[in-house]
Amino acid sequence: MAEVTLTIDNEKVSAREGQNLLQVIREQGIDLPTLCHLDGLSERGGCRLCVVEVEGSSRLAASCVTAVREDMRVTTASDRLLRYRRMLVELLFAERNHVCSVCVMNGNCELQSLATRFGVDHLRYEPLYPRLPTDASHEKYTIDHNRCVLCARCVRVCDEVEGVHTLDIMGRGVSSRIINDLNQPWRASRTCTACGKCVQVCPTGALYIKETLSAHVEKRPDLPRRIVDARKKRVWNS
Amino acid sequence: MSSTPSGKIRLATVWLSGCSGCHMSFLDLDEQLLELNEHIQLVHGPLVDRKDFPPEVDVVLVEGAVNNEEQKEMAGILREQSRIVVALGDCAVTGNVPAMRNGLPVKNLLESVYPVEGGHEPPGLSSGSEVPRLLPAALPLHAVVPVDVFLPGCPPHARTIGSALKALLKGERVVLEQGMCRFG
Ligand code: SF4
Ligand code: SF4
Ligand code: SF4
Repeated sequence: MAEVTLTIDNEKVSAREGQNLLQVIREQGIDLPTLCHLDGLSERGGCRLCVVEVEGSSRLAASCVTAVREDMRVTTASDRLLRYRRMLVELLFAERNHVCSVCVMNGNCELQSLATRFGVDHLRYEPLYPRLPTDASHEKYTIDHNRCVLCARCVRVCDEVEGVHTLDIMGRGVSSRIINDLNQPWRASRTCTACGKCVQVCPTGALYIKETLSAHVEKRPDLPRRIVDARKKRVWNS
Repeated sequence: MSSTPSGKIRLATVWLSGCSGCHMSFLDLDEQLLELNEHIQLVHGPLVDRKDFPPEVDVVLVEGAVNNEEQKEMAGILREQSRIVVALGDCAVTGNVPAMRNGLPVKNLLESVYPVEGGHEPPGLSSGSEVPRLLPAALPLHAVVPVDVFLPGCPPHARTIGSALKALLKGERVVLEQGMCRFG
């Protein structure tokens, strides 16, 4: 594959054509924040936390869905970028009901730790306090829409790795909602294999195994990468 | 900063809609409290036998969300009479657990807590009853009055409270160490 040369934070870097910016930036050891991205799944460009500045463009680019180009000049950290990232995290908190102190993911949550990382000590936006349901009808798992950030990791792992596409997103904007099949209670799903992959990749307390105690959840967001790689290497073909 | 004749900082604490956990965490400063006592005069709060909020307070630590009319009035008074207002803990900072009722009709909430005989309205529904009127929503402190310092956490760690107080005593801006700024 052809090589391209670009500049990231004033350093000359070489990359392979077809790579996205996020991969290349992370290869440089830069800890660019992400939420919807997960190794092993397709990119979505939904959370916008990985935005960077690209010289010559006034718009910020989500690096996970931006292909590398020859001679591109990229900035991964600036006051403007930090300001926007912090704003995004605050808006995610304000959009649903996040009560970390009583959440199953307290202490292990990716949204919570992003807030800590960006020094979010309060929300400058008025929370919406939507009334949202929790579906605990499945025999093993619960989905609590109050904690969902609509990253669609669950949707993608269910479709791309488990291959059943039980989950999807219905509605638009703030009224978007994760649904099972054609918006049925999870228990009624004829497609769900109860594999639990969606639960393992969910970055927040929205999906969890039933009867888990608050602050005792440990998830396995590394699963998709491991499964996809193992399939490529055919480790399960005897 | 020093405003008492003894050169001590006048510190107040206020307990709104919270579980008192933030006050407990303050007490968890243990022996550091003795050190602080050299520089601080505690002038108001659940730990002090004084009913009204005194004037000329230097720093006030406020625990809890603003949930009813009385607390809203208190928020106004403490803001008026204090130089630095600190939102202490998640309930004061975000509304936290008390705000889980937001969006539910206040009347239904009150009726399920205070069963009343047919036709009568539950206490807390309107002003003038002995129970302060419940606000339509539990609010973070900064939604009601300007707040100078936010100390998130449920409760904030004693170390967090200690380091914030130390900075304030020296008249410095409070900058929380990495990791100290955490919800939950
Ligand atoms: S999902 Fe994360 S941010 Fe939301 S309440 Fe739970 S721990 Fe807090
Ligand atoms: S348990 Fe598996 S099959 Fe069922 S919704 Fe989750 S990822 Fe899809
Ligand atoms: S349920 Fe979890 S994984 Fe699915 S979209 Fe919501 S936050 Fe993301």
